[in-house]
Amino acid sequence: MNAPNLPSMKHLQPEFEALKKRYPAGFDSSLTLPCLRRIQEVRGFVADQDIDWLVEYLGVPRVQIEEVLTYYTQFRRQPVGRWHLQTCRNVSCSMRGAERLIDHLSRKLGVKVGETTADGRFTLSVVECLGSCGTAPVVMVNDTYHENMDAAKIDALLGELK
Amino acid sequence: MTGRKLIMDFPVTATSHLLPDYQARGGYQALRRVLTSLKPEDVTKEVTASGMLGHGGAAFPVGRKWAVIKLDDGQPHYLCANADEGEPGTFKDRWILEHSPHLLLESMLITCYALQVRNCFVYIRGEFDQPYRRLQAAVEEAYAAGYFGENVLGTGFACDIVVYRGAGSYVCGEASALITSIEGKKGYPRNRPPRLTVRGLYQRPTVINNVETLSNVAIIMRMGAEEFRKVGKPKSPGTQLVSISGHVNRPGVYEVEYGYPLDKFIYEDCGGVLGGKGLKCIIPGGISTKVMTAKDIEGVAYDHKAMEAAGSQVGSGGMVVIAEGTCMVRLLHVMLRFYHHESCGQCTPCREGMGWMHRIIERIVKGDGRPGDIDALVRISNANDGTTICGMGDAAGFATVGIIAKYRDEFEYYIANKRSKCEGRLEVAEVADA
Repeated sequence: MNAPNLPSMKHLQPEFEALKKRYPAGFDSSLTLPCLRRIQEVRGFVADQDIDWLVEYLGVPRVQIEEVLTYYTQFRRQPVGRWHLQTCRNVSCSMRGAERLIDHLSRKLGVKVGETTADGRFTLSVVECLGSCGTAPVVMVNDTYHENMDAAKIDALLGELK
Repeated sequence: MTGRKLIMDFPVTATSHLLPDYQARGGYQALRRVLTSLKPEDVTKEVTASGMLGHGGAAFPVGRKWAVIKLDDGQPHYLCANADEGEPGTFKDRWILEHSPHLLLESMLITCYALQVRNCFVYIRGEFDQPYRRLQAAVEEAYAAGYFGENVLGTGFACDIVVYRGAGSYVCGEASALITSIEGKKGYPRNRPPRLTVRGLYQRPTVINNVETLSNVAIIMRMGAEEFRKVGKPKSPGTQLVSISGHVNRPGVYEVEYGYPLDKFIYEDCGGVLGGKGLKCIIPGGISTKVMTAKDIEGVAYDHKAMEAAGSQVGSGGMVVIAEGTCMVRLLHVMLRFYHHESCGQCTPCREGMGWMHRIIERIVKGDGRPGDIDALVRISNANDGTTICGMGDAAGFATVGIIAKYRDEFEYYIANKRSKCEGRLEVAEVADA
């Protein structure tokens, strides 16, 4: 359960209404993913009260939203660090040093994959193929791709991320 | 040079992705001509005559897919561009989204007219931030210029577009899972029949084409089917965007005319293998296609027929170059870990089978492999084939059987000696140690 005193996300409603205009009428269910994404952008994660609101606002069953949140790997029900480092470890990235990079990040930050640093600055995750194989290895920091990474470049980057 | 260029035929600059530059290259003239002088069915006829095959991986004839849509059935029709590029090794559609988004939009408008679609979608993978920004900005430019909306170019044709962002799911690149995702649900694939062209998005006739496939539509309408067919090979007209990565000196996206020599492409155009190493093998079209050894690619032309004759496929154009000395057991481990992670869990053979295969390869890699493990991997692969709603389980099996067929000795060595025959290397040693 989330803390009860989180701010409401209902101020996003006008934005969602504008979005609806480009969808065929009567299919508000389609807005489930875009609404959740936008809420997560603002709040950092999706809270219980956001689900309550979308059930009511979009008129979709609660289970549909719960399923979406557990099915898609990008949705979060808990906050992550200020900087979310998602390191690709699929075929092409592994072939260009991703394993060494993940070990380096883990040592440097003093956390295991999936953990957040004690100061809340960094969360380290691994992901499967970011579609950037030609510039491997790739680390996605929040929404931004950092390509052709190595230990020196990642150290320089970490220094910039306050 | 890798043959004639149809898509990557302009220099990339700071502004080449924007509307004024696209218009200066002749952009949106085909749309105007189509809307003012052609009937919808004329467009489908032209695209069918072009003989273009789908560029997403399955190489299905585009015209045949479109022909299922009945223009006079009184139903709404939908079009979705599949930009959920997630097949490992594949990053070619990203080039179009980032550098030529208006080519995709013009092509989608022409396709919407041909199929009488009022609402169309681009389903783009959630991680693609820069491509999304570029595409969404292009959509807004196109609306402002009157290419989308209630009355396109004053012709009375109406069309709206939504760029729909995924949220992290490989399976959503499968067409039926993709539309289920657009409906706002978890991305479970659907059983066919009914085909999606009969009952797709919101239970209506829907065409789903890959980004690169759709982007060729405006090109075909500009050139005419006859001229288009002069590019490439008779059974593989046009070009393929190939994204090449791994142990290669010049990774990136290349437009390759079908029929171009595959070995020349890798050794010359892409600069050959990293660190001056010999070539062990390539994965030619996304990790779900079967590996081809250095010998397999000798003298092979890069087109659908020749690639099949050589034992693999063009696939998604996602090519991975693998140097001599790379451990194929650990490489398969990376692949099976991925398939296990991405199985959506709907069908038992894939949900359980991916887990079994992942656990078997994991214990081999840890030095705990057992006699019979190799046969078990092959048996699960074969047993999965054709038993699931979508092709993901099959794809994992193809990749596994393909690698074991060519490198069985490495697996046997690993199990017998509890260590890799190739020191467990995934990287090229000289490059990693530098």
